[in-house]
Amino acid sequence: MSVIEVENLTQDYLTGFWRKRSVRALDSLSLQIASGEVFGLLGPNGAGKTTTFKILLGLIRPTTGSAWILGSAIDDVAMRRRIGYLPEQPYFYDYLTAREFLLYCGALCDLPKTEAAERADKLLHQVGLADSADKQLRKFSKGMLQRVGLAQALIHDPEVLFLDEPMSGLDPLGRREVRDFVVGLRAQGKTIFFSSHILADVEAMCDRVAILNKGRLIESGKLSEILKAHSNELEVVVSGVTEPALAEIRSLALSISASPDNARIRLKDDRDLARMLELTHAAGGRIVSVNPVRESLEDLFVREVKGS
Amino acid sequence: MIFVDEKNKALKITAIAYNTFRESVRDRVLYNLVLFVALIVAAASVIGRIAVGQEAKIIIDVGLSATSVFGLLIAIFIGIGLVSKEIEKRTVAVILSKPVRRSQFILGKYFGLCLTLLVNTTAMAAAVALALIFAKGGFDAAQLALWPAAYLIFLELAVMTAVALLFSCFSTPALSALFTLLIFLIGRWSPDLKLFAETADSAATRIVSRALYHLLPNLASFNFINEAAYGESVPARLLAGNTVYAICYVAALLAVAVLIFDRRNFK
Ligand SMILES: Nc1ncnc2c1ncn2[C@@H]1O[C@H](COP(=O)(O)OP(=O)(O)O)[C@@H](O)[C@H]1O
Ligand SMILES: [Mg+2]
Repeated sequence: MSVIEVENLTQDYLTGFWRKRSVRALDSLSLQIASGEVFGLLGPNGAGKTTTFKILLGLIRPTTGSAWILGSAIDDVAMRRRIGYLPEQPYFYDYLTAREFLLYCGALCDLPKTEAAERADKLLHQVGLADSADKQLRKFSKGMLQRVGLAQALIHDPEVLFLDEPMSGLDPLGRREVRDFVVGLRAQGKTIFFSSHILADVEAMCDRVAILNKGRLIESGKLSEILKAHSNELEVVVSGVTEPALAEIRSLALSISASPDNARIRLKDDRDLARMLELTHAAGGRIVSVNPVRESLEDLFVREVKGS
Repeated sequence: MIFVDEKNKALKITAIAYNTFRESVRDRVLYNLVLFVALIVAAASVIGRIAVGQEAKIIIDVGLSATSVFGLLIAIFIGIGLVSKEIEKRTVAVILSKPVRRSQFILGKYFGLCLTLLVNTTAMAAAVALALIFAKGGFDAAQLALWPAAYLIFLELAVMTAVALLFSCFSTPALSALFTLLIFLIGRWSPDLKLFAETADSAATRIVSRALYHLLPNLASFNFINEAAYGESVPARLLAGNTVYAICYVAALLAVAVLIFDRRNFK
C-alpha cells in the first residue's frame, strides 16, 4: 500500500486585488509513493512543488482532488505525529535558541519533556549544530537554519518526511552533508518525499522522480529508466583532425563542437562509429575517447520543459 | 518513540501560550514596567507635596489609569500581530504541520498574551500598592479598593486582546490596530451609545446604534478607577457579573477567530 497517495490534486490561486484572476498552480496531479521510497519532485521555479507540499501538510485546501498519508486523510491531525515537514526557506522564532525551539516542537508533537530533550541533543549533534545549540536563532546563517529545519522535522522520529528544497541556500559542503543525511534516513526505512530544482542532488538520492512543469506532471518513474529511454547517443572526442576531414565527419554527426585542440562529436548511435573512426585515421587524427552519452537530468529537464 | 496522550490538548495550548509569553518577555515588552514605576514615583512625590491629604486618591487614579493605558497598548499592538506575524513569517506552517489543531494554536496565542498582561497588570498594581504604603506610611484601607479595580482592568484587557486577535486572523496589522482602537473607544462610551440608540430621530439610526450597542463590548462597567480612588471597593455583584460577561464575550470572539482561521490557506 502507498504511504503517500495523491489523487487528481488541482489548486487554483486567486490573485489580483480588484479583478480576481484564477491561476492554476497544480493541475490534476496524481502520485503514489511507497513505503521506504525516496521520491523526488522535480521542476523549475513555479512548477507547483511547494503548493503540493502545502496541500499535503494541510496548510492549503486543494481546489479539487484528494490525498492520503499513511492511510489517513490529509486533514487528520493525529496522523501528523507520524510525519515531519521541512518548509522551503525555513524561518523560525528568532528569539529562541536552537534547543528551545526543538523542545517547543517536541511538546507540540506530544513528546514527554525528557524524551524531547534527548532527541533534541541527538539531532543537534547529527546536523552539526551541537556547538550552537544555545545560540538564538536570529544569529543563525541560512545554512544553519536549514539544519535546524531538518532537526525540527525529525524531532518526533516520524515515518514520513516532506522536505521542500532541503538543499537550497547551502554551500557545496552543506549539500553534501544533507545528501548523506537523507541517505542515512533512507537506510532507517523512512519514506522521503522531497522537492528540488537542483538535479545533481536528485540523481544522487532518489529512487523515483516526478517531473512537474506549470502544475502538470510531465513524467515519472525510476530515474534510470527515464534517462535510458531517451538515449543511445555516443560522444567521440578526437584530436588532430582538421577542416577538410572535419567537414565529412560533420555530415555523420548530430553535432560537433570543435576547439583548437580537439573536436567533440555526437553520434546518434553506434552505426556510424566505424565510419567515423576510419575518417579520423585517414586524416591523421587520434581518438581521445568514445563514451555513451548518458543523458543528464539537465538535458531531460530542458527538453521536457521546452516541449510542454 | 513514546508519546503522551494526544487527547491531552491542554498541554499543547500551554506550550504555545508559554512560547508566546516568552516572545513578549524577550522582546522586552515588560520593560514598560520600568517606565510605569518611574511615573508612579514621580506622581507620588510631586503630588504628595501640592495636594496634601489627597495622596492616596491621586496615586490610585494616576496608577490605575496608567495601568489601563499601558495594558491597552500591549493588548492592541501585540494582539494585532499574534496571528498575522506568524502567517507573514511563515512560522505558522511549522506549527500547523505538527499534530496541532488550528483551534489549539489560536487559544495558545490568546492565553499567551493574557499571561503577559496578567503579569504586567499585577506588577503595576503592586507598584501602586507600594507607592500607597510609602505615601501613607503604612497599610491603608485604600489598598482594598485597588486590587478589585485592577482585576477589572485585566478583564477589560482580556476582552481587548480577543478583539485584536480576531482582527489579526484576517486583516493587516495597521487596519487591525485601527479597528481595535475604534472598538475600544466605542466600548468605553457604550452608555452614550445606548442613550443615542434610544433617542435618535431616524428609525434606521436607532436600529444600527442598538445593534452596535449589543454587538460591541460593553466596557464602561470595567472602569472602576474613579470609584477606587475614593476608596470605594468594587461590589461583589459587579465583579461576578463582569467576570461572566468577559468570559462569554471572549469565548464568542475566539470562536469566530477559530472559524476564520480554520478556513484560511497559508500561502
Ligand atoms: N499564494 C499564492 N498566490 C497566488 N499564486 C501563487 C501563490 N503561491 C504560489 N503561486 C503560484 O503558483 C505556482 C506554483 O508555485 P509553487 O508551488 O510555489 O512552485 P514551486 O515550489 O515549484 O517553485 C506559481 O506560478 C506561483 O506563482
Ligand atoms: Mg517552491
